[in-house]
Amino acid sequence: MHPLFARPRNLGLYLLAWVPVVLMLIHSMHGPEGLTRLEALALTVPLCLVYAFVCLAAWYPCRATPLETSGFLKLLLTHLTAAAVLGAYWSYQAKEIAIALPHLWPRFAGMDQRLAKYYALLWITGVLLYVMSVTFHYVLLAEQNAREAQARALEARVLARDAELKALRAQVNPHFLFNCLHSISALTATHAGKAREMCILLADFLRATLRLGGKETITLAEELALIRGYLAIEKVRLGARLRMEEDVKNDTTGLQLPPLLLQPLIENAIRHGIANLPEGGVIRLSAERNHDAVTISVENSFDPESPSALKTGLGLENIRQRLNKRYGRDAQISLVTEGDCFLVKLQLPLRSAEAEI
Amino acid sequence: MTAERIRAVIVDDEELARQMLREFLSTHPEIEIAAECANGFEAVKAVTELEPNLVFLDIQMPKLNGFEVLELIGTDRAIVFVTAYDEFAIRAFDVHAVDYLLKPFNAERFETALLRAKQRLGGTFPAPVELASSARPPAEFLERIVVRDGTRVHIIPIARLDYAEAQDDYVALCSEGRKHLKQQTISSLEAALDPGRFLRIHRSYIVNLERVTKIEPYSKDNYVVVLNNGTQLPVSRSGYARLRAMLEQRS
Repeated sequence: MHPLFARPRNLGLYLLAWVPVVLMLIHSMHGPEGLTRLEALALTVPLCLVYAFVCLAAWYPCRATPLETSGFLKLLLTHLTAAAVLGAYWSYQAKEIAIALPHLWPRFAGMDQRLAKYYALLWITGVLLYVMSVTFHYVLLAEQNAREAQARALEARVLARDAELKALRAQVNPHFLFNCLHSISALTATHAGKAREMCILLADFLRATLRLGGKETITLAEELALIRGYLAIEKVRLGARLRMEEDVKNDTTGLQLPPLLLQPLIENAIRHGIANLPEGGVIRLSAERNHDAVTISVENSFDPESPSALKTGLGLENIRQRLNKRYGRDAQISLVTEGDCFLVKLQLPLRSAEAEI
Repeated sequence: MTAERIRAVIVDDEELARQMLREFLSTHPEIEIAAECANGFEAVKAVTELEPNLVFLDIQMPKLNGFEVLELIGTDRAIVFVTAYDEFAIRAFDVHAVDYLLKPFNAERFETALLRAKQRLGGTFPAPVELASSARPPAEFLERIVVRDGTRVHIIPIARLDYAEAQDDYVALCSEGRKHLKQQTISSLEAALDPGRFLRIHRSYIVNLERVTKIEPYSKDNYVVVLNNGTQLPVSRSGYARLRAMLEQRS
């Protein structure tokens, strides 16, 4: 629909702009040989009212032939043809009205003969008005485009900022850090050597997180090294409660995947699984290749009665979004809860790196 | 309560965290460590049996979290929360915890907490139980109810609660054919339950709406609801109006 119809105020302003046209036409056609003022008024008001809406139709050819992409000749031809035809049609309409009016009001008798010499004037006015309307519509279009581009740019900026924040937040859970520092603090008095060891483990993990987090993709081998570092730290904290089983096939370690995709899964497995079990439990991590895809699964035991067991949604949603953005439908994530066992399964395409730019 | 001799219980699921508290307490001969617990169940058992007057309580633990433990053991002793999570501090304040130690902390900070605990032990204690249940964030409803039976703890997930009945200072929580008594008023329980799932149908009854199979007239102006296990519960006049409105809204 035409943008002017969207807001009644704008339509009112547009119609107001036609008042000078009416006045000018009345002035031109009034004269001893021409029309009386009243006749000119009765003729031009309906004539202009109709033409005001006819001119709005220029919106459609203007939109169909954008200034930037259409050739000059095509532009000229399209709009001038339209202007000439519409102008002619307009002056013909004037004649029709001039013939019809005396039937309604005998006082206007002979009006059509006196109008005859103004047809040329009306035609030229019609052509000019249409050309003005085309100009007006191109300005309108340009303004609309600019506003849309601005909105799009803003949206893109917000999205980018959002993604950045999420990535940052996904990297290191602050509570992990605090608990870790507390463990170090506890160790310093009694087991100074162990405390130093843990400082180094933590430093290695943080460094790897920062280094890998900034990359587009890393290999599965790199991600696994990061996870092992993470588990070594959690092992100090949780002791014998944390048990780990790993079954990663050699032909999968070259898989390229977004960084820190699996680490949050392991973190969830500890936070919502192992940490809630007094006797602890096992985390099983496995990766195997079938044809051109790799299936990675993380399995952990959990306490079905713990309310925290159900609160894994947010982290997983983040992973789902990252997968979707990168692989579209080629990647899949599935969750299975069976008794006191929670299983997350990821399926990633092996050849994704080539699809990227 | 004797001010000279203090019996303390340490509750934390991490060995290193317990070790740290042990170390800090070792310079205080007036404090005896009565027990160390690695989860919520052990904590409730130890506190009930040993009746310590000071408890160092972690919040994120297996089985029961720190607040649930507190609800079961009451607040008539000095509680010092020890946690890496700062977002529970306001709740801890609401349940009149003596202090809130954020991991990691140093010896000086620990001494401050201990000093506050000693001051509290010389003073008076606020009324227990209702405090703990009032300290829930207002937008969140109970997901499970914890009940103590001697030194044993029962956890009743909200979905398994059929109805609750007021009995003097207690509420009887009926779940899967068993009744569990808990020291709580029925009004505070009502406030903690999701009003979309539970309804106060009578001065003495709250019912799980999922369990209601029909409403039957009992006498003139009186109704009973029949639950899917056949139990009949009386409905007061205002309870009937609420029930009708609720069921109409649902259908």
